[in-house]
Amino acid sequence: MTGPREQFKPTDHPNDHFIMTTVVGSYPKPTWLHRARDLQEDEDADFTEEDFEEAKDDASRLITEEHERSGLDVVVDGEMRRNEMVEYFAHRIDGYEFNGPVKVWGHNYFDKPSVVDEVSYGEEWLVSEYDFTSDVATRPVKVPITGPYTLASWSFNEVYDDDERLTYELADLVRQEIEALIEAGARYIQIDEPALATTPDDHAIVGEALERIVDGVDAIDAGDGSASDAPEDVRLGLHVCYGDYSRIYPEMLDFPVHEFDLELANGDFEQVDVFKEPEFTKDFAMGVIDVHVADVEPVAEIKENIKKALEVVPPERLTISPDCGLKLLPREAAYQKMENMVQAVREVEEELDAGEFEPGVAADD
Amino acid sequence: MTRIVATTPGLYPLPDWAKEELSDLKGHQKGDLISGDEGDEIESAYDRARTEIIDEQQAAGLDRIVEGQLRWDDMLAHPLAVADAVETRGIVRYYDNNNFYRETAVTGDLSASGDVAAELDAAAEHVDDLQAVLPGPYSLADLATDEHYGDEADFQAAIAEFLAEEAGQFPDVETLFLLEPSLVENPPGDGPDERASEAIDTVAGAVDAEVVAHTYWGAIEEKVYAHLMDAGVDAIGFDLVADHDENVYNVQEYGTKDDVALGLVDGQNTLVESPETIRERIDWFENRTSNEYGTVYATANTELFYLPVNKVEAKLDALGDAADIEEVEA
Repeated sequence: MTGPREQFKPTDHPNDHFIMTTVVGSYPKPTWLHRARDLQEDEDADFTEEDFEEAKDDASRLITEEHERSGLDVVVDGEMRRNEMVEYFAHRIDGYEFNGPVKVWGHNYFDKPSVVDEVSYGEEWLVSEYDFTSDVATRPVKVPITGPYTLASWSFNEVYDDDERLTYELADLVRQEIEALIEAGARYIQIDEPALATTPDDHAIVGEALERIVDGVDAIDAGDGSASDAPEDVRLGLHVCYGDYSRIYPEMLDFPVHEFDLELANGDFEQVDVFKEPEFTKDFAMGVIDVHVADVEPVAEIKENIKKALEVVPPERLTISPDCGLKLLPREAAYQKMENMVQAVREVEEELDAGEFEPGVAADD
Repeated sequence: MTRIVATTPGLYPLPDWAKEELSDLKGHQKGDLISGDEGDEIESAYDRARTEIIDEQQAAGLDRIVEGQLRWDDMLAHPLAVADAVETRGIVRYYDNNNFYRETAVTGDLSASGDVAAELDAAAEHVDDLQAVLPGPYSLADLATDEHYGDEADFQAAIAEFLAEEAGQFPDVETLFLLEPSLVENPPGDGPDERASEAIDTVAGAVDAEVVAHTYWGAIEEKVYAHLMDAGVDAIGFDLVADHDENVYNVQEYGTKDDVALGLVDGQNTLVESPETIRERIDWFENRTSNEYGTVYATANTELFYLPVNKVEAKLDALGDAADIEEVEA
């Protein structure tokens, strides 16, 4: 059983088939937003905290609109208020401290925080971000939230006996936030667990953390057999990227989520075959855009790759998105990649409507 | 009398100013990483950063000073990434870490670039007790993709020859650390285990220096360890942070070289070990093994780029002080 999906189909959707288009979350910030941050950090500048908040509101409004303009079915605000996927949350959790940037790859760094005391919910995380974005958006909004395993793995753990313990403590905090988001109206929540690809042998820990989250939130029926009287319209996704999926598949199919959002373009789609045997029983969100090269993939090329995804799941269980967040790309390239991606999806839908090819049958090669 | 030599496996984090400056000069995408022919501005930034890293090690009282490997964008795959007949491609995960390097595909006959030797030449101007660092041949072959040699044994041998040729161009160094995490992370089976040892031998034979084959992220399997003991190296390195019991077991069962390297300080956690803790760990190891060691290399277990700069400094100070405690007691 897969998740509630029909609510995200636009009322004016042009084709009979509907392959959902969305993005993973982050997007290049406008240069002026970086400048505004610098000004806010400069004690000599006449630029207040309120000025910076206004700048972030403006950026959020602008980038949400930019996502809508590209034609995406489900949008985000490009995480304009977030500096980084672990840092942002660690700043809002008591028990963390920051010591400075560490390398991820090349010249991409993040302020990897240290857990130096027991963790507890500090400041609010995402509800006001969701309120604002859903207010300005005319399309449904997805909320990406960093998962507890990644929050634990991408921190230095100075306190807990092991990262498993820390993961479960953080899962309780993530559950609290997801409850609050659902209360605020969010219906599409994507838990980001890129760290799972780092240490695939820990898939059972991720599964247990997800169970803790889902069991605590009545509004989620993730098709794991648990009966619930609560509304069943919350869609839960899991994003994992840059790893060897054969090490977590098919075990991950047991996770209590509706959709898996996975990176495949960076590895030239070599890993698609991993998901064909055994059968992929959840919704499949396939990355068709490489977020680490600025060259924009042509529509025709993206279409061919979408057809590879249709060998894994039928169109009604397929979502198309980029490999990962677009934030490291030049903004022009990021926009053009989204626009080409949406156009490719709509053309594939047209071809499906016209019966020009059978999904599930390998393209002629 | 055992001599304690405080050192590190290298691959330091760039100073924070250099992270920013080089990020601006080079960019953020796959094609922007180091190629070996960077321009003057970039070279100058690396020179300044290298001097700073050397000064820090000297101020902390380390007994061996590394060049820092600040240019190694692709971590241990660096020597290949800047060599001819190697293509750098999409980013791939660096062991089980949240770090990535470019897939390095060998597409033709390998030959040394002299890139690492040039870095050491630059450092040698400022340093007497210079320590070179290279990926061990088994780990480098494991990190790379072979599209030319075709046969696993031939590829392993070619990588070893390549590294030996690089090492042959080094200036005078006191010590060479060959980093072999793949011996733990992706252990060789029957046959490849013996070849891994021979490959290490090939590289070790290319320098007139003390050679340490350093392993980390756990303990190596018994049989692999037994073969490693046949390699002509002066010391084997053990990661006591990740797995002290299995490592000490290997030494109890199969012995070790006259010298030993001990990973005592965690290169992947900000919790700073005290000099006393470091000393206790050395004593613990010595008490459980019957050898009388000539030299104990007291080191971080892993490369240091995983840590923020302030914690690296604190850990270097602790390592330097731990070695001093010994000297006072002597």
